[in-house]
Amino acid sequence: MLAYSLSEIWSILIMQGFSGLSLFSVLLLMALGLAVIFGQMGVVNLAHGEFMALGAYTVYLSSQLTEAYAPGFAPYYFVFAIGIAFCVAALVGGLVEWGMMRFLYKRPLDTLLATWGLSLIMQQAFRSIFGAREVTPTLPEWLMGSFKPTETIDIPINGVFVMALSLLLTAGVTLFMFRSRIGLRTRATVQNRAMSEAVGINTGLIDRFTFALGCGIAGVAGAAFTTIGSTGPDSGSRYIVDTFLVVVFGGSASMLGTIVSALGIAQTQSISEFFLEGTMGKVTTLMAIVFILMIRPKGLFPSKVRS
Amino acid sequence: MNKFYKNILGGKAGIIGLAILAVLLLVVLPSSLQIFRLNLVGKYLTYAFVSVGLVLLWGNAGVLSLGQGIFFGLGGYCMAMFLKLEASDPITTKIQSTPGIPDFMDWNQLTALPAIWVPFKSLPFSLFAVVAVPALLAFILGSAMFKRRVGGVYFSVITQAFALILSLGIDGNQGLTGGRNGITDLRTLWGWDIRSESAQYVLYFVCCLLLIGCILVGRFVVSSRMGRLLLAMKDREDRVLFSGYDVASFKVFVYCLSAAMCGIGGALFVLQVGFISPSLVGIVPSIEMVIFAAVGGKMSLLGAVYGTLAVNTGKSLFSENFPQLWLFLMGGLFIAVVMFFPNGLAGLWESARARLSRLSPRSGAAKKIIPMPAMPQASNLVETEPKLP
Repeated sequence: MLAYSLSEIWSILIMQGFSGLSLFSVLLLMALGLAVIFGQMGVVNLAHGEFMALGAYTVYLSSQLTEAYAPGFAPYYFVFAIGIAFCVAALVGGLVEWGMMRFLYKRPLDTLLATWGLSLIMQQAFRSIFGAREVTPTLPEWLMGSFKPTETIDIPINGVFVMALSLLLTAGVTLFMFRSRIGLRTRATVQNRAMSEAVGINTGLIDRFTFALGCGIAGVAGAAFTTIGSTGPDSGSRYIVDTFLVVVFGGSASMLGTIVSALGIAQTQSISEFFLEGTMGKVTTLMAIVFILMIRPKGLFPSKVRS
Repeated sequence: MNKFYKNILGGKAGIIGLAILAVLLLVVLPSSLQIFRLNLVGKYLTYAFVSVGLVLLWGNAGVLSLGQGIFFGLGGYCMAMFLKLEASDPITTKIQSTPGIPDFMDWNQLTALPAIWVPFKSLPFSLFAVVAVPALLAFILGSAMFKRRVGGVYFSVITQAFALILSLGIDGNQGLTGGRNGITDLRTLWGWDIRSESAQYVLYFVCCLLLIGCILVGRFVVSSRMGRLLLAMKDREDRVLFSGYDVASFKVFVYCLSAAMCGIGGALFVLQVGFISPSLVGIVPSIEMVIFAAVGGKMSLLGAVYGTLAVNTGKSLFSENFPQLWLFLMGGLFIAVVMFFPNGLAGLWESARARLSRLSPRSGAAKKIIPMPAMPQASNLVETEPKLP
C-alpha cells in the first residue's frame, strides 16, 4: 500500500467513487420502471429484465438499419433509438397488460408466475430472432473514450452518459407523477381505487398506461445499457433480483426511497467488491439488504397508503 | 383407527388415489422402463418432494416461496458432503498433496478439513442434517419474516433473493463447497456402491416410499385442525389473527415442514444422480419447482407428483427433440396454468370426473365429488374451536 503516492490514492478514491456512482445510476435506471409498476400498482413484473433487453435489442436493430440505409445519420441515431426503444417497450407492455395482467390484479402471487412465464417466452424469442450470441450496437463516436482531468484520473464518457440519462429520467418521472394530470390520476387510483372511479377516472385505462410507462422506462434503461455492455437473450434475467431489491428496499411507493436505496446499495457493493472477491462482495451486499429488510419489512421509506 | 382411515388416507377416494399412484410408481414404471429411464423418473420424483412441500406451503397456507431450491440444495449438500468424504479416503487420494480431503479442497490449496465438514464423517449425523439444516434455516427465515408480518409478494421476492445469495455464496467459496462444479464423483454409501444398477433400483424404491410417506404426512397436516386454520389464514388472515390465533407460528411450522421435505428430496437427488451443484439452488430451478406444483394443482398432494412427472417428462422430451420450442412451451405453461387452470391437473381431473358422473345413471355419486376442498369455513372454526395454546 505504501507504494501509492498521495496523488495516486486520490485518483483511486475518485475513480472508485465514480464507479460507485456509475453503478448507482445503472441500478436507478433499472429500478425506475419497476418502481412505477410495483410501487403504483403493487404488481410484480418478473419480466422487467426482458423489457430492458427489448429496449437494448431495439437499439441494436436501429444501429443495424442505420448502417445499412443511412450511414450519414450514424452520429445521431442513438438519441432517436432511445426514443424508439421507449415506444417499442411501452407498446409491448401495453399489450401484455391488456392480454394478461388486467385479469390478475386480484391475485398478486399469480402475477409472479405469469410474468415469469412471459420472461421465458421473451428470452426464447430474442434467442430465435437475434441468435444466442451477445450483440453490441455500433455506438456513435461521441460516446466513446474518456475524460482525463489529470494524468491518473480516467472517467469513461459512456458512464457519464448513463448517469446523466438516469438523472434526467428520474426527474422526468417525478415531474410527471406529481405535476401532470395523468400522474395525478395515477396517484389517485393507487390511493383509493373505488373513490377514483366514483369521480370519473377510468382506472382500467390508468392501469394500462402505468404498466406501459414502466415497461417503456425499462426499455430506455436497456437502451442506455448498450453503451456499457453487450446484450444477450438472458441479460435481462441477470438484473432482476437487484432491481427488485432496490425497489423493495427503498419502500415500494416512494421515488425518494428508490433513489436513496439505489445509492446505498451501489456504494455498499462497489466498496465491498473492492475489499472482497467478486461474488462474495455481492453476497455481502445482498445479505445486508435482506437483513435490513427483515428489520424494516416495508423498506426505508414506507408509503402511508392504507391497503 | 377410524381417524387414521378418514384423515390420513382420505377415506375411500383418498385410498384409491394413493393406491393408483403407488401401483404406478412401484409396479408399472419399474417393470416397463429401462434402468436409465427409471433413474430419470427417480430424479423427477426427488423434485416431487419439493412440490408436495409447496402444496402445503403455497396451496394451503397461501405463502409462495420462490426459494425452495435453497432447501433442496442444502439437503443435497449435506448428503453429498458425507458421500464425498467417504469417496476421498486417504488411500484413493494419496496422489494429492494432502491425502484424505476432497479433491477440490486439494486443488484450492486447503491442507486440512474445514471444521464444518468434520461432523459429516458420520452417516447418522448427515442423515439428521439432511432434514434438520433446511428446517433450521426455514425456522430462522420464517420466524424473522412471518413474525414481522412480511407476506405476499414481499416474502416471495425475499426468498428469491436468498436463493441468489446461497447460489452465489456456494459458487464463490470454491475451497469449501466445490464452487460452480459442485460436489461430484460420489461413489459409495457405507461401502455400498450407489452407482451400480441394483443400487439404483433400491434407491428408486426408497425414494418412492419416502415420497408416499411425505404425502401421508401432508394429508395429516391438511386434514388436521391446523390444516383448516391454514386455509382460513390464506383467505382472511386478519380475521384468524384477531380471533386469537398465532398466525405466524403456524406459517413458520409449515415453512419448516416444506423445507424438511425439500431436504429429503435433495438428499435422494444426490444419491440417485450422483452430484450436487449450485445450479440446483438458484433462482431458476426454484421457480421451476413452483410450476411443477402449479401444473399438478396447488391444492392437491397427489397432483403435485403427477405435475412434477408431467412437466419433467415434457421437458426432457422437448429439449431432446425441439430445444427451440421448450422455453416457449414452458413460458406458455406458466401463463396458461395461472390464467386458465388455477387448479392444475387435479382441477381438470375433478371437473372431468364430475361431468362423467353426471352423465352416468348413478348421479348420486356426483354430489359427493363436486365440492372443492378449498372452502374454509372460518366463521365455524372460530366459534366451535377452543383457542390453541
